[in-house]
Amino acid sequence: MISVLQWGVMPEEAISLENRAERLNEEMLIRRIRDGEHELFYDLIRPYERRVYSTAFAILRNEADAEDVAQEAILKAFKHIQQFRAEARFSTWLIQITVNEARMRKRKDHVEIMQPIADQRDDEGNYVPRDFADWREIPSETLERSEVRQKLAEALASLGQKYREVFVLRDMQHLSIEETAKALGVSTASVKTRLLRARLMLRDLLAPGLGGTWSSRLSFAKGTKPW
Amino acid sequence: MVVTCEQVWHEISNYLDGEVAPDLRAAMDEHLRGCLRCSAVLEGTRNVIGLYGEDSMFEPPQGYSQRLHKRLEENMPRQRGTAFGWMIAVAAALLIVGSFEIGDSSAFVDPQLRSEQAQPGTGIPPEMMVVVAEDGKLFHASAACSLLHDKTHLRTITVSEARREGYTPCARCMKKYLNDSAGLAEEDDDDGEFASSTPATK
Repeated sequence: MISVLQWGVMPEEAISLENRAERLNEEMLIRRIRDGEHELFYDLIRPYERRVYSTAFAILRNEADAEDVAQEAILKAFKHIQQFRAEARFSTWLIQITVNEARMRKRKDHVEIMQPIADQRDDEGNYVPRDFADWREIPSETLERSEVRQKLAEALASLGQKYREVFVLRDMQHLSIEETAKALGVSTASVKTRLLRARLMLRDLLAPGLGGTWSSRLSFAKGTKPW
Repeated sequence: MVVTCEQVWHEISNYLDGEVAPDLRAAMDEHLRGCLRCSAVLEGTRNVIGLYGEDSMFEPPQGYSQRLHKRLEENMPRQRGTAFGWMIAVAAALLIVGSFEIGDSSAFVDPQLRSEQAQPGTGIPPEMMVVVAEDGKLFHASAACSLLHDKTHLRTITVSEARREGYTPCARCMKKYLNDSAGLAEEDDDDGEFASSTPATK
């Protein structure tokens, strides 16, 4: 298995001028940190602190564990900054370290014994949408409603780990398909298949509520998942 | 090419990611125009991606950032006084002295200050790293300064660079470098500008 910390070569994405400037600034910071200006590491990670936490939380589903793992991941990035290769985005490298730390934490806590049944299904089986509620627009204030955020978190938590991980990296952390595959150590084909299932499962869970009003149809109690 | 509902569902994720071949895309577009169920699935899936893509989905607990920085601080290696380090320190000291000389010379032109009321202050090591905000007027000893309002567009640069760009020292976090005799460094000025009209003595 390739060490996460030595990984760094990724296909270059088309990036905007603004992103290019940010990346140059980031490269300069990394160079100076490597040369001994360690305190600049705070500036380097500041834009990613929340992303690291939300990645850890999406995988672990527990605030205390997520914070602990986020700290570990950032500390590890600092200790191994010499091994980061500038061909990759620093954010991608950091997120990959976070995913690995979160996975290790889960293994340590033997959480996989409790894996949802969806994890045991065959990736290749076709997923058939169960609900065709017309959900055509999202009101701009939707996410500000705490019950909506709660339902989104519950829906995500109910996915099997392999679907959740792909969805989190691709649709929440905005990694490319290739970066997601590399970060999780799976093929791009697997990423696409899992992503399809994750998106459709979430749509089935959320469309009845967000298309109209939350109702008893959107229940995540044990044994009521539609797959 | 004609596609069925099952084929549309199977490719809907790739469709949204722009990862389907042009002929398949055209066939899916045609199907979606006439199929209410598939267009509902498409729009719903698009909404899922939009909702979860928001940055504010999982907010960290209060104090997360402070605890993280504390942990990092505890694990940062301490700087040690090696021979090389001493050479660097001596070189830095010479640079500082040199910069004061330049500062005193008539060839030195004061930069245009970002704040008309502020004075540049004296006595701050020019190679010291400080933090500035893009639209701010002051340079700060650290990003934690309470007078640093815009925390999103920060840069870490040297004092010389900050001065060249017209930034002036923050009266709160840089006050130990400013002239106490002016009496203004102790003021809890809301805008934080160093407003002393008395230049510090050297």
